[in-house]
Amino acid sequence: MSATQTTQKWICESCGFIYDPMDGDPDGGIPPGTAFEDIPETWFCPVCGARKRDFVPHED
Amino acid sequence: MDTIAVEEELNPASWRDGKRYAWLLGLIVPLLPFIAWAYVELTGRGIFWWWGPILVFGIFSLLDAIVGMDAENPPDSVIKWLEQDRYYRWCTYVFIPVQYAGLVFACWLWSSGDLSTVGQIGLAFTMAMVSGIAINTAHELGHKRASLERWLSKVALAQSGYGHFFIEHNRGHHVRVATPEDPASARLGESFWAFLPRTAWGSLRSSWELECERLRRTGGGPWTWKNDILNAWAMTVVLYAALIAAFGWVVLPYLLLQSVVGASLLEVVNYLEHYGLLRSRREDGRYELTRPEHSWNSNNVASNVLLYHLQRHSDHHANPTRRYQALRHMDDAPQLPTGYAGMIVLALVPPVWRRVMDHRLLEHYEGDVTRTNIQPRARRRVLKRYGGGTGAGAVA
Repeated sequence: MSATQTTQKWICESCGFIYDPMDGDPDGGIPPGTAFEDIPETWFCPVCGARKRDFVPHED
Repeated sequence: MDTIAVEEELNPASWRDGKRYAWLLGLIVPLLPFIAWAYVELTGRGIFWWWGPILVFGIFSLLDAIVGMDAENPPDSVIKWLEQDRYYRWCTYVFIPVQYAGLVFACWLWSSGDLSTVGQIGLAFTMAMVSGIAINTAHELGHKRASLERWLSKVALAQSGYGHFFIEHNRGHHVRVATPEDPASARLGESFWAFLPRTAWGSLRSSWELECERLRRTGGGPWTWKNDILNAWAMTVVLYAALIAAFGWVVLPYLLLQSVVGASLLEVVNYLEHYGLLRSRREDGRYELTRPEHSWNSNNVASNVLLYHLQRHSDHHANPTRRYQALRHMDDAPQLPTGYAGMIVLALVPPVWRRVMDHRLLEHYEGDVTRTNIQPRARRRVLKRYGGGTGAGAVA
C-alpha cells in the first residue's frame, strides 16, 4: 500500500466533514490508520449521513 | 515555535486551559428555577420568578460588554489531548439531571397554588431559558458519534419537544447552511419574526423528509420506533404525561409555554448565526464548501461560557464533530458586535437589528448586496437601498 493512500484525506461534498486516515472514525468502527478506500461501503459521514460516494479527495 | 510544540506534545499540561473551570458556570442555566425560588424566598418579591430571562437577556448582555472577549486558541498540538479529556464531557452530561430536577421542581411550584398568575408565567419563561439552552447542550451531544451521547442529546431535547432538531440539524442544516434552501439560515431583509415560522415549519418538514428517506433506504416506512423523530417526540410525550400524572393538568399550559418560548430561543440563535450570509454557486451548480466566512462569530466570554463555545460558529461548521472545549476563534470569520445574549435582544426589535447588522453584512461582502442571501419578498427594497451590485449577481 502506497504512503499516499494511507495519508490521503477525503472531504464530504455534502457538509464539508474531512476524513483523515490518521484519525480514522473510531466511534464509527473505523480504526485510525484506515485508508479511505478500505472503509466499508456501508459507512456514512458522521456529521450529515452522506455515503462514501459523496466524498472526494481533499488537499489541505 | 517547533520546540514549544514538541514540549506540549510530550507534556500537554504545560498549556493551561484558562476556561477549564469556567465551563461549570454553564450549570447555572439548569439551576435557574432553584435560584429563582431562592431569590423569591429571600426577598419576598415575585418578580424573581422571571429570573431566567432577567439573567440571560439583562445580566449576560451586560457581562458580555464588561468581561469582554477571548480570542485565545489552544495550540494545534494540544487539540487532540484536549478533546479526549473526559472532564469536559462530564460538564455537559451533568447538565441533564440538573435540568430535569429543575423541571420537576417547577411543576411542583406550578401545582402548589402559591404563585400568582404572573409568577406562574414568569417561572414558565425561566424554564423556557433552560429548555432553549438545553437544545444547545443537545447540539453538542448530538454531533458526537458515541451512542450514549446521541441518546443524551434526545433526552435533553425532550423538555422542549424539539426532538426533530436531532435529525434536521446535522443532516439538513450542516448540508444546506448559508443557502436560501436552509430554513435555519436567515436572510437579509428578513426580520426574526418572519424567520421564526419559516424555520419552525421548514425544519420540521425537512427533518421528516430526511428521516423518511433514511428509513426507505433500509427498506422500511416512517411509522416505526426506529424513526428517530418519533422516538424523540415520544420522550416528550412520556415526560409530559408523567409530570401531569404527578402534578395535575395545571402544569400543562406552562409546559407548553416553556416549550414554545424555549424553541423560539433556539431559533433566534439560529437567526443570528448566519444572517444574510451566502455560499456562492460553483460552475457545476452545487454550492461551494462551507468556509469560515459563512458564519457569524463572537468571542465574548460570558455568553461563550453559557453556551459551550457555540459562538465560535465558523470552526464548528468547519469541524462539526470537534468538542466544544477545542473550538477555535478564526480571524477571517465575520464577528458580531457583541455576544449572543445582547444580539438576541437586538434581533427581537427588527429596526434596531437592521441598523446594527445590515451594514456589517454589506461590509463583509465589500458593498455588493447581490452576494448576500436576500429575502425574496424584500429583494426590491433591499436592492434599491443597497445598490444593484456588480456583474454576475445583479438582477436583470
